[in-house]
Amino acid sequence: MPEQTPSLKQIDGFVLGERIHSGAMGYIHRVSGPETGFPMIMKLPRVGAGEAGEGLLAFETEAMILPVLKGPYIARFVAAGDLARVPYLVIEWVEGRSLQYLLDQRGRFAAEEVARTGAAIADALHSLHRQDTIHLDLKPDNVILRPDGTAVLIDFGLAHHARFPDLLAEEMRFASGSTPYISPEQLYDTRSDPRSDLFALGVILYEMATAQLPFGVPETLSGMRNRLWLDPVPPRVHHAGIPGWLQEVILRCIEVRAQYRYQSAAHVAFDLRHPDQVRLTVRAAKSDKAGVLAQLKRWWLARGERIAPLSLPNVRIGTAPVIMVAVDTTHPDDERQPAIRRATAQVLSLSAEFRLICVAVIRAELPGEAAGESGTPYDAHLDHRVRLRNWVDPLKMPSNRLSLHVIEAASPASMLLEFARRNNVDLIIIGAPGPAQQALAWWRSVASGVTAGAHCSVHVVRVAGRQGEDGTPP
Amino acid sequence: MIALLSDIHANLEALNACLAHARAQGATRYVFLGDFIGYGADPQGVVDLIADHVARGAVAVQGNHDAALENRAGRMNDAAQQAIDWTRGVLSEGGRSFLRSLPLCVHEDQMCFVHASAIRPERWVYVDDKTAAYESIHAGGAIYTFSGHVHDQMLYSLSAVGKMTSFRPLSGNVVPAGSHRQWLAIVGAVGQQRDNNPAAGYTLFDPVRKDIVFFRVPYDTEAAARKIRAAGLPESLALQIEQGG
Repeated sequence: MPEQTPSLKQIDGFVLGERIHSGAMGYIHRVSGPETGFPMIMKLPRVGAGEAGEGLLAFETEAMILPVLKGPYIARFVAAGDLARVPYLVIEWVEGRSLQYLLDQRGRFAAEEVARTGAAIADALHSLHRQDTIHLDLKPDNVILRPDGTAVLIDFGLAHHARFPDLLAEEMRFASGSTPYISPEQLYDTRSDPRSDLFALGVILYEMATAQLPFGVPETLSGMRNRLWLDPVPPRVHHAGIPGWLQEVILRCIEVRAQYRYQSAAHVAFDLRHPDQVRLTVRAAKSDKAGVLAQLKRWWLARGERIAPLSLPNVRIGTAPVIMVAVDTTHPDDERQPAIRRATAQVLSLSAEFRLICVAVIRAELPGEAAGESGTPYDAHLDHRVRLRNWVDPLKMPSNRLSLHVIEAASPASMLLEFARRNNVDLIIIGAPGPAQQALAWWRSVASGVTAGAHCSVHVVRVAGRQGEDGTPP
Repeated sequence: MIALLSDIHANLEALNACLAHARAQGATRYVFLGDFIGYGADPQGVVDLIADHVARGAVAVQGNHDAALENRAGRMNDAAQQAIDWTRGVLSEGGRSFLRSLPLCVHEDQMCFVHASAIRPERWVYVDDKTAAYESIHAGGAIYTFSGHVHDQMLYSLSAVGKMTSFRPLSGNVVPAGSHRQWLAIVGAVGQQRDNNPAAGYTLFDPVRKDIVFFRVPYDTEAAARKIRAAGLPESLALQIEQGG
């Protein structure tokens, strides 16, 4: 095949530098040009007679989707050429290493590192899903890890954006995905389920933890369809040192049926960041595949498998929100507590797939400041954790939807904000200023600090008509 | 920016709302894609307004309801036929002559404007799937084909290798529509909805940036329905305005 790259060294003001990649889909050059403040690359598709139309379609898809994506988890879009004239795409060159490179270098990752990297990828996926976009080609090659540990997703050639026409629907079926990572529903042409990305993430976690691929590298469609009924070897069989919580998270991500997986990337990120809060099921202890008969039964059922169409990705993950309630465990008998609990119950009643995070912030203690009554050291953390548990008990929450956190901080508001941001919280529930803050102006209270600085919605619970608090005289 | 409005169906409230919305979005040209009368109670107001735009350079093509005014042998459902018969009694000769004078199809630059399928405009073929869209794109021969007749907004595209895509757009999102493909937009109905959303539909096309935005615009449906009832037109037509289907 003769080279099809334009011979000119300059395109629309961008000066072509070194070619750093030449693949089936096209070429990548470093470029300089208009000052953006970051290094840039130009992607050029292979065009011309004899080239597969699929490469151009993938190029067109990426050129359509990238310009509208926002946030730190993607390579920033700079410019695109008119596809009818000179097709090209200029984007940010992200400094970092691809996850594939790290896997090649190091083989197996320690559990903590799997969790840290996995949570970073889940953050990136969550941001993408919030923007009604599904990557659909998540694999270690397409994950760049920045030096600060955040993950950047690249290559949106197979992606689906619910607000744009899907140029790839019915065009190339499963053929283009990467066979070890493709989800079962993608094998049936479903391109609108964000949980497909969570399946791919599960395969990546499995690969990082074991240096093996759960479904191998099948080369045929029937080989790929095996994942509909064949059980992968549990990660702990490969390596006994893998903790149960990590196996739980991995096997939940790669469940065949999307409804048994995590329903939101934010939930995966949360579990990977709080291993002690992962509720272990039979998955965590699995030490063998299911029996031959059980797998045969699944094979039989899988024959007729079809996947129902779904709503917008952002609407879908909106049904699996992360709710954070800030509980003032220093004043457990305050009359606002039942009101905050009622408000929490009301919010939770709106969705079946929520995750509730209960947070108590306690004052950072000075050494030797407090001692228990019987002379034993006073464990503030334990005490407040017990109070937090007691607070949440009446809600009768299933433990897999709930987590409890007691955090020491000098500034409760900024700690709550940081914790909410880090855990992709969708809604914060907090009480209006309490007795200890009565003397303060509203703007100095924790609630006002949280309301002003939050990245998400805040539900401030106030007990109506309370003496002095609503400005009316007692 | 070009505003494309179709299936107005004598609904002056919906037309005014869409025109005001389009103006606010920066529309500088207007194209009316037929079916200005029928179903609704304001044929004179709507036809006068469109004729006024045409006098100032807007494009308008004829729809099947407009043609049915003169063609008494046409086949329509009961409510639609009642509305056409009623319209004959209230629309001025000037208005009727304006509707008679309209072309079936207009080509301009890389665009084709037609009420139904461009394959045989006078046959009023519904473009309601990829095959019908392919035939219309092919017959129109333009890069951008805009039509109505079908009331629900849709965007079809045909790639250089002959593959069709279809897409149900969401109100307000800008869809890039480069000229490396051929496109067919069903621009939506201004005056009568069939998808249980009463808001009026229309579309904007930016020929420089090459993108298409579909809009749904809420308007005073109560007033439009009230006029239909006051005119003695079938109750089903008033309900359809209020409920959007």
